[in-house]
Amino acid sequence: MRPTTLTQRLDLAARNMLPVVLTVLLLLLSLLPLKLPGLASIMPPLAMMGVFYWGVYRPDLLSGFSAFGIGVVQDLLAGLPLGVSALVLLLIHGFALARRRFFLSHAFPIVWGGFSLASAGAFFLTWLLIFFLAGRAPDPHPALIQFLLTVLIFPLLARLMGLAHQTFLKED
Amino acid sequence: MKPTSSTARLAIVKQLAQRFAFTAMAAAAFALMLVGKADTVLVERLRTTAVDAVTPVLEMLSRPAATMAEMVDNVRQLAHIRTENTLLREENLKLMRWQEAARRLETENGQLKSLLNFVPGPDAGFVAARVVADSGGAFAHSVLINAGSRDGVRKGQAVVSGEGLVGRVHQVGQHSSRVLLLSDLNSHLPVMLETTRTRAIMTGDNSERPKLNYLSDTLRLAPGDRVVTSGHGGVLPPGLPVGLMVQGSDGAVRVEPFVDRHKLEYVRIVDYGLGGTIAPPEEGMSAGGKR
Repeated sequence: MRPTTLTQRLDLAARNMLPVVLTVLLLLLSLLPLKLPGLASIMPPLAMMGVFYWGVYRPDLLSGFSAFGIGVVQDLLAGLPLGVSALVLLLIHGFALARRRFFLSHAFPIVWGGFSLASAGAFFLTWLLIFFLAGRAPDPHPALIQFLLTVLIFPLLARLMGLAHQTFLKED
Repeated sequence: MKPTSSTARLAIVKQLAQRFAFTAMAAAAFALMLVGKADTVLVERLRTTAVDAVTPVLEMLSRPAATMAEMVDNVRQLAHIRTENTLLREENLKLMRWQEAARRLETENGQLKSLLNFVPGPDAGFVAARVVADSGGAFAHSVLINAGSRDGVRKGQAVVSGEGLVGRVHQVGQHSSRVLLLSDLNSHLPVMLETTRTRAIMTGDNSERPKLNYLSDTLRLAPGDRVVTSGHGGVLPPGLPVGLMVQGSDGAVRVEPFVDRHKLEYVRIVDYGLGGTIAPPEEGMSAGGKR
């Protein structure tokens, strides 16, 4: 079905923006003060999950360029050294895209395993980059706990994004 | 459909273009890191602009989050209302005695000061602000507040809550600012132990408990001693409560901050008239290190 009228085209454009908008929303959500004891320092980087999910399922709607841009915004807002999240999210997207066929042909647990692997690399790289840029080693323990929480929460977020995916982007 | 040689060539070109774009962006990320490391005014302005733009959105989003947290807290409080009441009564009695002591000391202090012709420090001015974002994650410890240069916030000023020192103003936008928490990797603060007056530099390492470095006296350390700002460097006044000294499991001397990060809702930015606009010590130090 090709969009013909203006409203149809606008509707499609809005739907196609969904992955980027959702991921940016996740980024903002991860910045909110949720006031739970101890959560702030181990709050999972939710935008990373968005970039991975859409990198696997709809890379045409969330490109590497978008991942890079979202990373820059995350760096600016979260107070991380500029470029760190940009590189990490770009690599996450690249990994998801490169292994896309494999993930699509397997059940969710395999995708989850892939995400765990990618985020492990992401956390290690972030730690390393911060170490080099700050000249001093950050405590690895909070990062480790944050990584575990990230892996644990991914199925929930993937399910929610899957729902949005099916509801708004079903036809193709 | 059979792939003709031209479509195959097109696919290869497309793939090459994709690879090239990926490499270019990775290079751009490293370039950004270098630019950020050079810490030009441009990067700073970019950050404040981005934060200024997003703060209204975060403010709106953080209200329902705060309401939810409040509701959960209310339910939790209801369960402990009786025990808490007894505890509060006891504490109240204790505080009454302290109040009496404080009144007595205040008059005595006033009298002694008048005897000595003591010159009082400048009076402090306050700006109150709401915490709108608590940048999550293990790699950067800072919060965003909804007050900026428009409200009189300046870089380097102290940020306090009811419990004690929260951190320092790190970046100032028009109507928002970033507060670097004491636990951040980039936070360095001259402090002293209250009873022994031992001086030290408190350095964050992204864990919940910052480390005490360069202790001037390592022999008379008593865990549980109060840690307060020492006022060195001329950015913060001496005597602001910071936390309690503890011995870390790794043998390092650490500080358990008085301020609970998750309880931060409103903070006060304090202007002690000490020239908060001068470069905070850590910048002076890194500049000195680079030479």
